[in-house]
Amino acid sequence: MGDAMATLHTRSAARLMIAPSVLLLLAWMIVPLALTIYFSLLRYNLLMPGMEEFAGLTNYTYFLTDPAFFQAVFNTLAIVLGVLFITVVGGIGLALLLDQPMFGQGIVRILVIAPFLIMPTVAALVWKNMFMNPVNGLFAWLAKLVGLQPFDFLANAPLFSIILIVAWQWLPFATLILLTALQSLDEEQKEAAQMDGAGALSRFIYLVLPHLSRAITVVILIQTIFLLSVFAEILVTTNGGPGTQSTTLTFLVYAQALLQFDVGGASAGGIIAVILANIVAFFLMRMIGKTLEA
Amino acid sequence: MGSITLKNVSKVFGAHAVIPSIDLDINDGEFVVFVGPSGCGKSTLLRLIAGLEDVSDGAIVIDGKNATELPPAKRGLSMVFQSYALYPHMSVRANIAFPLKMAGEDKAVIDKKVEDAARVLNLTDYLDRKPRQLSGGQRQRVAIGRAIVRQPEAFLFDEPLSNLDAALRVNMRLEISQLHQQLKTTMVYVTHDQVEAMTMADKIVVLNRGRIEQVGSPLELYHRPDNLFVAGFIGSPKMNFISGGPAASHQAHTIGVRPEHLVLSKDHGMWQGTVGVAEHLGSDTFLHVNADGIGTMTARVSGDFAVTHGDRVFLTPDPQRLHRFDEKGLAIR
Ligand SMILES: Nc1ncnc2c1ncn2[C@@H]1O[C@H](COP(=O)(O)OP(=O)(O)OP(=O)(O)O)[C@@H](O)[C@H]1O
Ligand SMILES: [Mg+2]
Repeated sequence: MGDAMATLHTRSAARLMIAPSVLLLLAWMIVPLALTIYFSLLRYNLLMPGMEEFAGLTNYTYFLTDPAFFQAVFNTLAIVLGVLFITVVGGIGLALLLDQPMFGQGIVRILVIAPFLIMPTVAALVWKNMFMNPVNGLFAWLAKLVGLQPFDFLANAPLFSIILIVAWQWLPFATLILLTALQSLDEEQKEAAQMDGAGALSRFIYLVLPHLSRAITVVILIQTIFLLSVFAEILVTTNGGPGTQSTTLTFLVYAQALLQFDVGGASAGGIIAVILANIVAFFLMRMIGKTLEA
Repeated sequence: MGSITLKNVSKVFGAHAVIPSIDLDINDGEFVVFVGPSGCGKSTLLRLIAGLEDVSDGAIVIDGKNATELPPAKRGLSMVFQSYALYPHMSVRANIAFPLKMAGEDKAVIDKKVEDAARVLNLTDYLDRKPRQLSGGQRQRVAIGRAIVRQPEAFLFDEPLSNLDAALRVNMRLEISQLHQQLKTTMVYVTHDQVEAMTMADKIVVLNRGRIEQVGSPLELYHRPDNLFVAGFIGSPKMNFISGGPAASHQAHTIGVRPEHLVLSKDHGMWQGTVGVAEHLGSDTFLHVNADGIGTMTARVSGDFAVTHGDRVFLTPDPQRLHRFDEKGLAIR
């Protein structure tokens, strides 16, 4: 009885203690969210100041029926999935390589992590001007070297190019997380599998991959959160184009607000993006719940 | 079948010769125990036999065939690791089945063999659990199950019981011995616990700093140790060593007397001393006696020999069971 009282007491004390931070956090999230919802219901264009009036759901219907919207949803998903695929597969490969004992291991590891430390804008510009440029780029030079016509990546395959750039930036992160997970694999388990007659491939499938499943989930979760809002790379390379071929939801909202000065429409787009992100988050959390529990 | 021969085997890590050179014969069906202090190279030697480490020099012959260059899986040996090394995401069934699956056996054959192994090891009720849902002893049995399904030429154990509590250890010791009687397969067992070595082995290999000090049956090592190291390592409590005057009178540099071969008396005997600590085990009592001019000696007496701290007692060694050693530490026979 005394114990129960004591725990009850501690619990309410604990609640009281965390209340300020919870309140702060709520205010932090609720106020902008409420404001955005409010704006999304107004006809609110920066070019016509003082003309705001209640518009109901017009902004939403307008945003949702915009043909660019579906393109943007598709592009966003393509970037998220494409980058996840490349970084997870590539990350596992690189982690396996870096886990091998080799000369200059420390330096190689630092080099591999380097792209992660480069700002997205800078990275995208480097790719745009030094690699993918159809005249001066490294790829164009390579193509000409083997007698091929240089390919204008950003004009002809804008989405793919952006996926490539973003994947390059996130590959180190995935590699790092997966490498640490790989190093925590019990040496004796590997040896036991070896004694049990498992070759390198079987060991990878039956031992390494299941061991990495948690780390892979973490990589997917964290990257998805950031990839849903990829922006700088698009802005400095393709500007969402050609047409809307590389416009994502984030970029569409930006275009609405700051290129067309339509704050109401942009807010509606923002709310829709939040809802879509939450749907993605819902599925992600379910997936993670399953692997983390197992 | 499962004979193992080491010819001139050595292992060097960097500049450090962990095993200078070892020759050893392990006969088919034998239970051989490697015993020695921590860091003496027991695990290394076992891993050399398993193929998990490459020999620096020498040859390993398994079942009459040179296996020095063979990968671990091809040597026909199974190993039980100290940490059990079970695959954590697989059920007990999948763990035991793994070597068979890797060997490409039929599903039906695998199922049957796994069921059989589980029955032998009392694991039938746990087949669908994950390793982390098992107790230490059960995990140990799964590891053994995974080792026996392949019907190897020989089993290798690296301190398999060191993670278990004392009572369970005694139990598992018995189970492994029974398993050996049943399967009659060669077993090589590493431990630093001399009780395990004495109770389980057909043949004990005493290692010290990568060298073999002596090979023999438990009783041979107990009764006829080749040198001071073996004499001190085998037997509990440890043998008493006496040098100087008393040893010289036996024409030896050092003499050794086991605690159980000292006769104690309250009124007469060869050496006199004062009782220091008395450890009462019930059936026996270990007396630590400060013998005058000799030093501390341990004696084992019957539990009803009533003495306490500070009492004067007399000690007499059993002359038949005196061990004599020369200045190099080798036994004089
Ligand atoms: N991979 C390695 N690299 C360098 N030295 C090693 C390596 N493995 C073992 N050693 C050294 O070899 C010696 C013997 O090690 P080993 O593991 O065989 O000892 P052990 O007899 O099994 O000891 P324990 O009873 O503590 O398990 C030790 O001095 C150890 O430091
Ligand atoms: Mg060891």
